[in-house]
Amino acid sequence: MMVKVSGMLRSSINYKFMEDVIVVRDLTKRFGHFVAVDNISFNVKKGEIFGFLGANGAGKTTAMRILCGLSRPTSGEASVGGFDIRHESEKIKKNIGYMSQKFSLYQDLKVWENIKLFAGIYGMKRNEIASKTDILLKELGFEKEKNTLVKDLPLGWKQKLAFSVAIFHNPKIVFLDEPTGGVDPITRRQFWEMIYNASQKGITVFVTTHYMDEAEYCDRISIMVDGRIEAMSSPKELKREYNAESIDEVFTLLATKSTRKEI
Amino acid sequence: MKQFLSFAKIEFLHIFRDTWTMMIILVLPVIMMLLFGYAVTTEVRDTNIGILDNSRDEISKRLIDKLDESEYFSVAKAFNSNSEIETSFRNSEISLAIVIENDFSKKLITRQNPKIQMIADASDPNHAKTLVNYASGVIAQSLMQESKANSPSSLINTELKLLYNPLMKSSYNFVPGVMGFIIIIVCAMMTSVSIVRERERGSMELLLASPVKPITIILSKVTPYFCISLINILTIFLVSYFIMGVPIKGSIFSIFLLCIVYILVSLSLGILVSTIAKTQLVALVISAIILLMPSMLLSGMMFDISSIPLILQGIAQIMPAKWFISAIRKLMIMGVDVRFVFKEFLVLISMCFVLILISLKKYKNRLE
Repeated sequence: MMVKVSGMLRSSINYKFMEDVIVVRDLTKRFGHFVAVDNISFNVKKGEIFGFLGANGAGKTTAMRILCGLSRPTSGEASVGGFDIRHESEKIKKNIGYMSQKFSLYQDLKVWENIKLFAGIYGMKRNEIASKTDILLKELGFEKEKNTLVKDLPLGWKQKLAFSVAIFHNPKIVFLDEPTGGVDPITRRQFWEMIYNASQKGITVFVTTHYMDEAEYCDRISIMVDGRIEAMSSPKELKREYNAESIDEVFTLLATKSTRKEI
Repeated sequence: MKQFLSFAKIEFLHIFRDTWTMMIILVLPVIMMLLFGYAVTTEVRDTNIGILDNSRDEISKRLIDKLDESEYFSVAKAFNSNSEIETSFRNSEISLAIVIENDFSKKLITRQNPKIQMIADASDPNHAKTLVNYASGVIAQSLMQESKANSPSSLINTELKLLYNPLMKSSYNFVPGVMGFIIIIVCAMMTSVSIVRERERGSMELLLASPVKPITIILSKVTPYFCISLINILTIFLVSYFIMGVPIKGSIFSIFLLCIVYILVSLSLGILVSTIAKTQLVALVISAIILLMPSMLLSGMMFDISSIPLILQGIAQIMPAKWFISAIRKLMIMGVDVRFVFKEFLVLISMCFVLILISLKKYKNRLE
């Protein structure tokens, strides 16, 4: 199931000269004897769409939680948006957006109430929120839904709205944890257009996904197996390197090496 | 502060937009009060009894009249033989049967200790005991009058004085109990479920990844429940004062202060449960079994604590409800000065501190 995304030309943009917004060095996280994240290192550049792939239990959520300041690493260093994850997690939190598949928005709040709440959390001023809310709803074509409870919106709309809320305060980096789970192909395509737009505005996108076709749209991807990063490059490079037709093939090749049971 | 207010507002919205939560919070206290006030009463009132009068003389007739006149009993059956009694019990026509032996008056006057037999339906032992006690009281009083009439100076006159609740109304007992119970429901149960719900839905993660401080989140989540508890307390007071006629003898200020302390203890219990429980269901079960049931059974609301087994008495000591109920009884019904409930205040405040400390520690461990 392939999804066509407009603006596929962006892969020709050269990121090599841009600054690093995420720097990870030898990051390890242990839970008792279990090594969830095993000595991983990578950099993500400003405006890049970085795909973080891995089977369930490969450690990608744990790594992402550490980068968001939700969990502390056992060893290793990392900085997000120029701030150290150990000592400056408060500053990191101000500069990132976060969206998960599990929870998008408060179901029993209206659309505008959700926007206002989350924008307020990030310290936006009231009139700024009000004017930006109207612009956003217009862009999404949601003007009529301003007073609708989120639970009455279709799932695809919720996810689009949740993403818009995650980048509403214009963060440096947005972390997306399986954002398109359970969403239909058309909405997924629209969703990825929104991701491209955000990236063009200079927002770095750090995204985990299960959909291998989506991985093809990332500027660079890393594939995690059993807590380690087994491969990391642009989708094109990876396919060439593994002599594969698609990222799906590359992934299957690497993921079958896993000895870890799903957790 | 701005964050705190907007979060607290959101939590209010969560509550107001959920019909069931609203029902539990606002209607439950009133229902509980009415239930305990009129249905689950332990008082005896117009209970149907049956009488087998083998004597059929002056005194036995007066005795039966006394029983019938009393507000506790009404004589529904007059039996002619013992066999009728059992049938009557089986048909649930009566709860108590009284058998008066032959030549009752004669034996009484000649001091031969006439006998009265009481037969009670002991399938509910507590109720049976209560009925027998009430009946004995009425009979004793009636016989005392008879003896006085016959030989005025021969008996020691005992006089009973019932302090603080002269009419022996059970509402004096259950009003503090219901308060203790409702606050555990609203503060401990609803709060823990509401916090765990955020974690279960994943919204807690989103909030923790934002610049909001965890303490702000928690405080803003408990604030609405704090306000609602105050409303509940007020409702219970109004219902008990105006509808049940329970007096408020102590100073309103100290009663209010006590309620606030107890609400804070219950809220910290709720927070502690939320740090332990991973799902809403677990939070609900913990609150119901570890907090709610003992609060009801061991707090002195239903049974006298000093008469339960020692182990349970020990458990009762760590139930905040027990201390609250003891203090509110003293303040509200007995109308004593605050210094007589100093111990209860101290216990409740220390409980609050300990609970908050444990919660903070648990919370930090989880983040690691």
